[in-house]
Parts: sequence; structure tokens; C-alpha cells
Amino acid sequence: MSEIPVLKIRDILLVSIQIDMHDRLALQLQDDLTTRIVRDRARGVMIDISALDIVDSFIGRMLNNIAAMSRVLDAVTVVVGMRPAVAITLVELGLTLTGVRTALNVDKGLALIDALVDGEEGAGGRRAG
Amino acid sequence: MVVEQDDTMPVRGSDDVVRVRQAVRARAIAAGFSLVDQTKIITAASEIARNTVDYGGGGSVRMEVLRDGRRSGVRLTFTDHGPGIPDLALAQTDGFTSGHGLGLGLTGARRLSNEFDIVSTPGAGTIVTLARWK
Repeated sequence: MSEIPVLKIRDILLVSIQIDMHDRLALQLQDDLTTRIVRDRARGVMIDISALDIVDSFIGRMLNNIAAMSRVLDAVTVVVGMRPAVAITLVELGLTLTGVRTALNVDKGLALIDALVDGEEGAGGRRAG
Repeated sequence: MVVEQDDTMPVRGSDDVVRVRQAVRARAIAAGFSLVDQTKIITAASEIARNTVDYGGGGSVRMEVLRDGRRSGVRLTFTDHGPGIPDLALAQTDGFTSGHGLGLGLTGARRLSNEFDIVSTPGAGTIVTLARWK
């Protein structure tokens, strides 16, 4: 288990990154989340980065990977709480976070996950097989 | 130009990358940087520190807080004695990577800096210097 707790709220996994992560810890979190999505049958993953004062290419890649893996496992990932200075820097760095959905805060993130999951169900429900 | 602070710290493992980020933040604050400027130089430092560890086999960073008349800045010099970069032009192309990254390290750090210089000698090592001014 990583030092970053993963909380399960109904069928959503919530992670709030409160520390300056070294690279191994970021990879550990990625592995933990992938395992937990399957074990907890999660439909959504919300990652709160409001405490992070930078997102560099490594953390960006971690967020991209988590989004991609959760998609394959039939869950949606939403990153919430990005600080404005971080957003400005990410764009200049050239990191586009393709495939990562974002919301301003946890509240809006929950609404987005609900909408995305409901949207899928409306379009035929949880994919079979 | 006056050098107000001048320290060197090791950059050997991923824990050091975190320490470099924290040390650079302290210097950016000492130089009076805005939050956005702090974020930019810390992010650039993080990219280059990781390259020093992953590709250079570890090294060190010299951190200077500079004052030049009314402007102040932070200059970082990362030195390693690793294999060097055989093709600097290629290494500074967006998306090029020799490792597992996104290939944004060098190009991204350059965009986040006001001054950026890289000198690499195959077999001898790499020196990356970057500076940002307030």
C-alpha cells in the first residue's frame, strides 16, 4: 500500500494527494488505484490535487496513465482542484493531459462522474464482457 | 550582478528530486517571485533534476539567487558525469524520449525558463543551466 490513502465512497474512489510525491510513490499510487478499481468495482476515480504546488511531466504522466487504465477497467477518472499557477505552468510545459477529465473542485467532480457514468448507462449500460 | 545566495546540493535519487523542488521554492521566494514564476522554475527544476538522476546517473545542482539592479532571479546549474547526450538537437525535440517519459523534460524546462543552456560531452557528462528572472 502507498502512503496515500484511497477512500471508497459508494462506487467512487477518492484520492487526495497531500504530499510532495517522489516518483516511486506516484507509481505506487497508480498501481494501488488500478488494483482498487477492480477490487471495489469502482465506477469513478476522483483525484484531488489542490494541495500540489507543481505538476511536472512525471506526475502528469501518472494522471494520464490512471485515466487510461481506469477507462480500460470501465471507470471514469476526474482530476479536481488544480491550482491556477499549476494550470498555467502545465500548458507552457507542453503537457496536455489528453484523456484526463478535470473539474474545479470535489463537488463538481462528483457531479461530473455521475453524469459520465449515467451517460454511459443511458447509452446501453455497463458494457458486458 | 550580485549573488545573494549560492549553495550546492546532491541530486542522486528520486528523494533528492523532491528536496531540489523544496530548495528551489525557498530560493524563488527569497528572490520575490510571484506564485506563477515560483511554480514555473520549480517545475523546470523538477524536470532537469529527474534527468540528472535517470540519465546522468546522479549529480548535483548549484542554486544561486541573483540581484541585477532592480531585477532578481534564480539560476540553477545541474551537473552530472553520466554518459552525456549524443544528439542534443534531437534531445531537445518535443516528444523525443530515450526513457519512459513523455519527452517533455528538456523542451518543457526550456520553455519555463528565461535563460537555458545545455552543454553535453558524450562520455563525460552534462551541464544544464537555467535561470528565471522576476
